[in-house]
Amino acid sequence: MMEQAILTDVDLAEKFPQKVKRDERKGYEGYLVDADAFLQVAQFVRDEMGYDYLSSVTGVDYFPENYLESVYHFYRTTGGPALVLKVQTPRDNAVVPSLVPLYPGAEFQEREAWDLLGIRYEGHPDLRRILMWEGFAGHPLRKDWREPYYEEDGKPFKSRWPDGHVYRIEDKNPFHKNVDYPADFDPDQWAPDNDASLYASLKKIQSSLSDSGLKTDTVIVNMGPQHPSTHGVFRMVVLLEGETIRALKPVMGYLHRNHEKIGERNTFLMNMPFTDRLDYLSSMSNNFGYALAVEKLMGIQPPERAEYLRVIMAEFTRISNHLFAIGSLLNDLGAYFTPMLYAIEERELILDIFEAVAGSRMMCNYFRFGGVARDLPEGVYEKMRDLAYERLPRRIDELDLYLTNNEIIRARCEGVGVLTAEDAIAFSASGPLLRASGVPYDIRRADPYSIYDRFEFDVAVRYHGDVYDRYLIRMDEIRQSIRILQQAIRDLPEGPIQSGKPQYQVRVPAGEAYGRVEAPKGELGYYVVSNGKPNPWRYHVRAPSFVNITALETMAKGNKVADSVAILGSIDIVLGELDR
Amino acid sequence: MDGLGILKGLGVTLRRFVGTYVDDIKWLGRRYFTEDGIRHRMSKDASGVFTVQYPEEKLPVPEEFRFIPFLVYEEKEDGSIFHRCTSCGICAKVCPPQCIWIVRTTDPKTGRPVPEPAEFYIDVDICMNCGYCAEYCPFDAIKMDHDYELSVYDRHTHNIYNKEKLSKPLSYYASIRPTNYQREEAIRAEAEAAKAAKKASAEG
Amino acid sequence: MTNDELNQPGYEIPPEIKNQVAITTIDRIYNWSRRSSIWPMMFGLACCAIEMICTAASRFDFARFGMEVMRPSPRQADLLLVSGTVTKKMVPQIVRLYNQMPEPKYVVAMGACASGGGPFKEGYNVVSGIDNYIPVDVYIPGCPPTPQALLHGLITLQKKIDNQTLREARWYKKDVSEVIPVPVLGPDIMDPREYELIRQYSQQKSATTVSEALEGESNPV
Repeated sequence: MMEQAILTDVDLAEKFPQKVKRDERKGYEGYLVDADAFLQVAQFVRDEMGYDYLSSVTGVDYFPENYLESVYHFYRTTGGPALVLKVQTPRDNAVVPSLVPLYPGAEFQEREAWDLLGIRYEGHPDLRRILMWEGFAGHPLRKDWREPYYEEDGKPFKSRWPDGHVYRIEDKNPFHKNVDYPADFDPDQWAPDNDASLYASLKKIQSSLSDSGLKTDTVIVNMGPQHPSTHGVFRMVVLLEGETIRALKPVMGYLHRNHEKIGERNTFLMNMPFTDRLDYLSSMSNNFGYALAVEKLMGIQPPERAEYLRVIMAEFTRISNHLFAIGSLLNDLGAYFTPMLYAIEERELILDIFEAVAGSRMMCNYFRFGGVARDLPEGVYEKMRDLAYERLPRRIDELDLYLTNNEIIRARCEGVGVLTAEDAIAFSASGPLLRASGVPYDIRRADPYSIYDRFEFDVAVRYHGDVYDRYLIRMDEIRQSIRILQQAIRDLPEGPIQSGKPQYQVRVPAGEAYGRVEAPKGELGYYVVSNGKPNPWRYHVRAPSFVNITALETMAKGNKVADSVAILGSIDIVLGELDR
Repeated sequence: MDGLGILKGLGVTLRRFVGTYVDDIKWLGRRYFTEDGIRHRMSKDASGVFTVQYPEEKLPVPEEFRFIPFLVYEEKEDGSIFHRCTSCGICAKVCPPQCIWIVRTTDPKTGRPVPEPAEFYIDVDICMNCGYCAEYCPFDAIKMDHDYELSVYDRHTHNIYNKEKLSKPLSYYASIRPTNYQREEAIRAEAEAAKAAKKASAEG
Repeated sequence: MTNDELNQPGYEIPPEIKNQVAITTIDRIYNWSRRSSIWPMMFGLACCAIEMICTAASRFDFARFGMEVMRPSPRQADLLLVSGTVTKKMVPQIVRLYNQMPEPKYVVAMGACASGGGPFKEGYNVVSGIDNYIPVDVYIPGCPPTPQALLHGLITLQKKIDNQTLREARWYKKDVSEVIPVPVLGPDIMDPREYELIRQYSQQKSATTVSEALEGESNPV
């Protein structure tokens, strides 16, 4: 962005002595920054060093040591590895300066850290709970916080074997439900929040709207959580002036399934099938990211054939996901069902392959640390070849002919929901959303992982940043994925599919790792902290849908309310990943 | 804005519409309720009506397909059965949502564990069909089933499967997963032979 | 439909007039038309919703069962397919949707999560089964149930409808359609019917914590 020389290889510890020091803990990387100098350092990092992309913000609770740590991963949109900054703060009064003024993309991620860990971000414009509701007791990801069905800190639970007399855990709860209440609580005195704080923040915007001279009235409209075009249980609260959107607040958490709390009770291996259920349209990609993060910690490499199988599965996933995204976008536009049916037909054929290889249509659970679960069964190779070389190219061309130049689609999509390249980077958008705004940033090229550097493909870019370009870029990406698939299937080597013996108890050395992949929806990152025990100390998912939704308000402002549906559809969110 | 794009799109749907009839005529009488017909609808050349007429015809599930786990038992010649499960507890330990419950048998005289489960439960309302139990079982004793038609009216009495409900014969396993079965049996036979040879050499 | 099923409802029909009684025939037509036009609500929660969409789409096509009319409004729907994990934050809305559905209404819990919490059961924001709040007619195990498993569940529901009789239909009774009180989001989810219990529990809890604190003071470790 900046037309100036970018400083590379600056040692921040030398640049800011006293304030910044290297993170010397074993297995950790990056710098520890003092809270009071953090904004200054971040400004330097962004403007002078060119780390313009804030990928992930999260927190870690170091419980016996009694401090919380806010962790930031910065990248350059020109490519390259991460810069990791950390700010430590005491547990009982956790305050960290907010990065929202510098990186607006931090907004929801900081709200999440506040909600789940209780880190107060000072200077945040709208610090409310995001996944749980206002009024919920406690910050659940703190290590001393226990859920109502608490059994033990880590799995496997001792009650299952050798003396596993079966019971349903709800029978041990006085309410026979998954509930717990604080001491000295009187439900009759309780005044539920009922989104009062949400409406208050909208009212503030309402009063600040400039007077256009014409006497108009604004109205607040709720869309969702039960609404056919919000792609699940997502809710948008829009402030309308006439039919024009003046402000929009996404409300989420209706599918908050506590992946991270459960993930920290699980062993490393147990988390693999749980990752399937994050972005349930593209489970193979989710497996991929998690496997990369843990393999980084373990320092192992999968064998050749496994790498190829991984790439093949990830690219098939991308195709099936984009087909579904295009189909549901068209549904949202009012092209009821026919495009969706055509798209699902191809998707079903891809799912047949997943089912034959991994055993399940959607929840593949196919990746293991250091390889994949099983080799291709008989006949699947031919099926994959036929799809990649024959069926999919033919059908994508047909879909192209069917939709791309349709005048109604163009009229509904062109120039709607524009996101500029600057905004896209500032809001930490990723995946098709970022590339449709003219930023050629694809992790498969910018920070290559696995064996993507061996394949010939183009990073699809479009430059208008509107809904139509987001549709086009998905078509482009399907074509590029087919290219990769053709090369990978052609070159698929023979050999083992797993390095070492398959083990159910994996030993993961202490340390931290951030593994990220270019998932179909954008950058999917896993931040895993291990302390050498069988269970991860911290397991955080940087979900592309969640971060991409930060830009929704900017895209929707000024558009008509009917377009908000198309804009949301063009981001392509999945609630399992948005709420986790 | 000349409407050509819409017309082209309509052409695609029209071609698909006509295609369904062409395909039906091509496959006259053999398209539905036959194995060939289903295979055609699952192949790269699938065109026309894509629908599988469940429940009259069913989409075949691939060998690796996994649903709820089951316990494998072997039948001896005299008609008695014995479970392969030794209640080692690996499946219960590796189960991600912890839905497997095992009570180990102890010998009433010596008080030492006997390699057979006294009770074995799977809570189907928790099971996530991930297949880890089958994957990591060292005795090939627990496997993933293909039967998905399990709907019930009442979960409280039906959905905790006990040992009796979970047990299925080895022949059933061989019928749903023939390739896996053959591979595993070969490995087992090899291990048995190696064990016997070792024993023989130790004695000799 | 076999004769056995016809004569199943809980009253005696003399053998000589079996299969000729008018009420049986009306029941039969009534149930046949109802079960052949179940309109599900267009309402997806999580992973299972994707399988529900696939079931509605071309390969499995539940239009063959007269179920293709998915209604986004609860007031036009007969069937609430709870397809996915029910969270505490979502329960008030689901109960409200259920209350708004007209009788006769059916609920199918699709998948392990909706039936009993599923793999996420231990989570702090997950409800262990939607039947904690609303009555459920059919449970479909699986995570997620494949489209064919869902179809099997829907056929099971059709069988249930076949066995209902006009005489016992609860929606023609006078004191019909009790409204289920909508849960409240407190420090945890609260069922308004349980306020008294919650108060007792909470008082008890504070009493034990106080006594524990006292104990801790009297015997310092």
